[in-house]
Amino acid sequence: MKEIDAKGLACPKPVVLAKKAITSNREVLVIVDNQTAASNLTKLGNKMGAEVSVVEESETEFRVMFKKSKSSDSENEGTNSKNNGAKIYLIPTDTMGDGERELGQILIKGFISTIKELDPLPKRIIFLNSGVKLAVKKDVISYLKELEDKGVEILLCGTCIDYYGLQEEVEVGEISNMFEIADNLNREQVVRI
Amino acid sequence: MGPKALAQVLRHVNFPADSEKLLIGLDKADDAAVYSLTEELALIQTLDFFTPIVDDPYLFGQIAAANALSDVYAMGGQPILAMNIAGFPSCLEEEILSQILQGGADKVKEAGASLCGGHTVVDEEPKYGLSVTGIVDPDDLLSNSGIKEGDLILLTKPLGTGVMVSAIKGGFTSGDQSNPAVNSMLTLNNTALKYFDQYQINACTDVTGFGLIGHLLEMSENSSLQIEIEAPEIPIFAGVREFAESGLLPAGAYKNRDNYQGFVSESGQRDQILYDLMYDPQTSGGLLISVAEEDAAELLIDLYAEELDVAVIAKAQKGKKGIKINWK
Repeated sequence: MKEIDAKGLACPKPVVLAKKAITSNREVLVIVDNQTAASNLTKLGNKMGAEVSVVEESETEFRVMFKKSKSSDSENEGTNSKNNGAKIYLIPTDTMGDGERELGQILIKGFISTIKELDPLPKRIIFLNSGVKLAVKKDVISYLKELEDKGVEILLCGTCIDYYGLQEEVEVGEISNMFEIADNLNREQVVRI
Repeated sequence: MGPKALAQVLRHVNFPADSEKLLIGLDKADDAAVYSLTEELALIQTLDFFTPIVDDPYLFGQIAAANALSDVYAMGGQPILAMNIAGFPSCLEEEILSQILQGGADKVKEAGASLCGGHTVVDEEPKYGLSVTGIVDPDDLLSNSGIKEGDLILLTKPLGTGVMVSAIKGGFTSGDQSNPAVNSMLTLNNTALKYFDQYQINACTDVTGFGLIGHLLEMSENSSLQIEIEAPEIPIFAGVREFAESGLLPAGAYKNRDNYQGFVSESGQRDQILYDLMYDPQTSGGLLISVAEEDAAELLIDLYAEELDVAVIAKAQKGKKGIKINWK
């Protein structure tokens, strides 16, 4: 748990410090010395989808506790709340499994067309390296559009799109960057396809 | 043009701008002109255009439009009409111009305004921008002057688009939407305005060609207050610091620095890169919002909830007029 002593700091400094801490920690305790600051922190927590509790230790000490639930995490990332706890699929090639390439390409298309039947749906699908070639194929695009409509986020590696010269062909998904992809791999339950 | 050269030119021109109805004219060096129509309604007029800053014509069109529309938002107004101004070489495919104009048109639509024509000339280099007309209730009109003692100044977008554009042009990074600075440049500055009527906002402007310091100086100009910058609070786009360190600071940043550094005092150990970035000319930069201290926390919370990358970067206080940078 991250603890911040914000006593003696003028408004809105406690809010600024709390916001920074909440962004990167699940549990944050902020100690302030006045009621206004405590009320502002409560408002901040509510707006950011964190649970807030305030303990008034004395007239000059308020302990404000923030707890982010898993759902508020994903709300902050703008994902579909139905997909709580769901996985992230990483598709780093345009084929599936080891063996004959032609077979692998049939399999991966079959896989993508099947995803929509799954419960729960994945939260996000990330296409990387030659995986982005799949995401611009006409028949695959229609499956991905269906998934997007169901709230699954489609992310395409921007560097890869540029490398393969596919900028004109992207019809579905959002162009992403390595930081966002690394952040996903680091924080989420990722399944490499 | 740099601020010094421009001032030199304008000094020799007589402008017929003495109407009583002109609430904000050339003399204030503000973001746009404001003309009173009735007691409840004033007209805002602005124009901005420039050469391409990214290769993708559709993105360039969007950025140029977001940049031009921003001047209306900086006055607290709502854009209603826009017209294109474009220059285009005869040797390039016309398709490219179509995409630039489509980018601009889509942004104007997003802003809730109408695009109703424009003018295109043959030019050696493509240029694009818009003349934008907006409206505002004179009571809600904000200018770059009006800061009050104790005000906190919020910045609604990170700094560093000038350096990032140099890096894109030099092929050091991508100019597509995976670049956070590109995404930021094509983002309209209208989100914060939704909350202005709930709080005591005393002044507002946007950060563009004269850099953070230049525009903060304009805010201090008509007051007798000092603006103290908390340097560590200034948000910078990821990657910009490294690009600036490797010498990708645009020429405009040096012009701004030469012109403004005489009005800047400092305390603490200077971070030279961040210092240079404070003069970096911005394209479609964020708003600088001067809000009464007691309202700052709540406005900030509202803007956090909108997922704006907003920061409290400065404070208006008694002291020697101009800018003071607190490095800590």
